[in-house]
Amino acid sequence: MAYLAFIGRRLWQLLPVLFGITLVVFFMIHLIPGDPASTLLGNRSTPQAVAALRTQFGLDQPLYQQYLDFLGRVVRGDLGSSFVYKSPVRGLVEGRISATLWLLGAGALFSLLLSVPLAVLAASRKGAARDQAVRVVPLIGLGMPTVWVGLMLQLFFALRLGLFPVSGFGTSFTEHAQSIVLPALTVAVALAPILVRSLRTSLLDVLDSDYVLTARAKGISRGRLLVRHALRNAAVSSVTVLGVNIAYLVGATVIVERVFALPGLGTLMLESIYSRDFPVVQGVVIVIAVLVVIVNLATDLAHASLDPRVGVEA
Amino acid sequence: MTAVVERPELEPADPAVMVVAPRARRLNPTLLAGLVLLGLLVSAAVFAPLITPYGPTTQDLSDSLASPGGKHLLGTDQLGRDTLSRLLYGARTDLRVGLLAVVFPFIIGSVLGLVIGYRGGLLDTLVMRLVDMVIAFPFYVLVIALVFVLGPGTRNIYLAITAVGWVAYCRIVRGEVLVAKQQEYALAARAGGIPTWRILLRHLLPNVIVQAVVYSMSDIVLSILAIVTLGYLGLGVPPPSPDWGAMIADGQQFLLDKWWLTTIPGLAVVVTGLGLSLLGDGIVERVKQT
Repeated sequence: MAYLAFIGRRLWQLLPVLFGITLVVFFMIHLIPGDPASTLLGNRSTPQAVAALRTQFGLDQPLYQQYLDFLGRVVRGDLGSSFVYKSPVRGLVEGRISATLWLLGAGALFSLLLSVPLAVLAASRKGAARDQAVRVVPLIGLGMPTVWVGLMLQLFFALRLGLFPVSGFGTSFTEHAQSIVLPALTVAVALAPILVRSLRTSLLDVLDSDYVLTARAKGISRGRLLVRHALRNAAVSSVTVLGVNIAYLVGATVIVERVFALPGLGTLMLESIYSRDFPVVQGVVIVIAVLVVIVNLATDLAHASLDPRVGVEA
Repeated sequence: MTAVVERPELEPADPAVMVVAPRARRLNPTLLAGLVLLGLLVSAAVFAPLITPYGPTTQDLSDSLASPGGKHLLGTDQLGRDTLSRLLYGARTDLRVGLLAVVFPFIIGSVLGLVIGYRGGLLDTLVMRLVDMVIAFPFYVLVIALVFVLGPGTRNIYLAITAVGWVAYCRIVRGEVLVAKQQEYALAARAGGIPTWRILLRHLLPNVIVQAVVYSMSDIVLSILAIVTLGYLGLGVPPPSPDWGAMIADGQQFLLDKWWLTTIPGLAVVVTGLGLSLLGDGIVERVKQT
C-alpha cells in the first residue's frame, strides 16, 4: 500500500515538471531572432509559405492562446508536421525511438558493468594503490569528449580488429545487439567518471557503518563482507547514482548516436537541425525530456523496491 | 551558547582566516600539477606563432594529409593545413570560449542563488521551479536546440550555455545561503541593522562562494567539452577559426589511415580536462586544509 501511495505521489510531483518542459519548448520558437516564420523557412521562404507557417504555429494569435493551443496539441500526442518530410513528427519519432531505447538500456547496463567493479576495487582498500589508480579514472575520464571516445573505440574495435560494425544499426535483433556494443561502451565511458566517484564514496560509507563493523567483529572474511553486505547496498546506490545522472546519460546518447550513425532520436534531431526542420527539432526535444522524466521515475521505483525504507520515508 | 552547525567538507568558518592563514599559502601537489599543466597549455596557445611557422588556416593542397614528421611535426589535414598550428590556435579558441562561457552562468547563477536563498518567498519558489524546468532537459539537447534557434556564432554559444548553465550555480549557492544565513555571524549582522545588500555581499558571499568556485572548475571542463562537441557537430565556433571539435570531425573520414588527425585534438582536450580537474581537486584540498 505504501508503495502504491509512493508511486501516486511521484506521479503527482511530475506534473509541474511536464508543464515546465512544454513551457520551455514552446518558448524556443520565440527565441529565433527576427521573424521566426521567415527565418525558419530560410531559402524556402515565399509569402505563401510564411503565411502557412504563421498559421501552423499560430504566430498571429496572442501569446497565451498560442501556448494553450500548443499544450492542447502536445497532450493529444500531436507534435506537429515536419517541413522536410511533410509528415507528422509523431510518426518520425516513433520510427526512431527504438534505436535510442536500445542505446539507453545497453548504455545504462554497460555503465554499471564498468563502474561497479572499479568502485568496489577502490573501496575495498581505501588509500591503497588500487584505490589511487581508480581515482585517476574520473580525473582523466571527465575531460574525454564523448565523440572522441566513440571514434577511438570505432578505430580499435571496429576498423582495426573488426569485432563490431563500424556504424549503423542493422535490421535483425542480432545485428542490433552487435551494433549497439560500441555505442553503449562509449556511453559507459562517458558516465563512468561520475558513477565511479559517487559509488566509491557510498561504498566507503557502507563499509564504515556499524553493521559492517559488527559483521567484521564476528570474524566474517573480507571477501564475504564485500559481497554479502557491501555489494547489496551498492546495488541500491548504483541505481540511485544512475538515476541522478539520467539526464546526462540521455544527453550522451544524442551525441553517440551521431558518431555511430544510429538511426535514433539524437540523429533525427541533428538531421532536422541541419535541414532547419523546426517542428521535428521541437518534437524531439519534448520527447527526449519526457523520456528523461520517465526513466527517472523508473529508477525511483526500482530504488523503492530495492530499498524498503524509501517508499515509507519519502 | 554557540550552536555548532555541522557542515560537510568545505565550510571555512571565516573567510578572513582562509585568506590569512599561512598554512593555506602552501601549494599542494595536486594544485601545483594542475597549475603547471594549465600554465603549459596557456603558454602554448599564447606563444603559438613562435612555436610553429605555419598559420592555422594556411592551405597547401600539394601537401595535404601529410604524415607526422618532416616539415610538419604533426602532419597536415585534407586541405594541407598544419595540424600543430591548428592545435595550438585551436587551444586559443577553445580555452577562451570555454572559460568565458562559464563566467556568465557563474555570475548570474550565484547572484540569483544568493538573493533567493536569503529572501525566500515567492521569488525563491518561482526561480526554483524555473531551475526544475531547465534541469529536466539533458544539457546537450537543450544547448544544441538553443544554438539552433539562436543561430550560429560564438555569441550565441555563450548565450545557450548561460541559459542552461546558471541553474547549477543557483542551486549550489542557494543551498549554502540557506545554511549560512542561520549562522551567528549572519544573524548578528542582521540584528546590527546592516543593510541587506551589505549582508549579502560582505558577509554571506565570501562564505558561500567557495563551493561555486570549486564547481566552476569542473564546469569549465564541461563547457570546453560542449564547445568541442558543438564544433564536431558543425554547430560550434564558425570556420575557418581552428577548433578542436571541428578537427576531430574533419579527421573522422580518414580514421583508419590517418588516425592521428582525430586522436591528437582529442588528446589535447583530455590534457586540458586533466589540468582543470587537478586544479579543482587542488582547490578543494587547499580549502579543506584551512
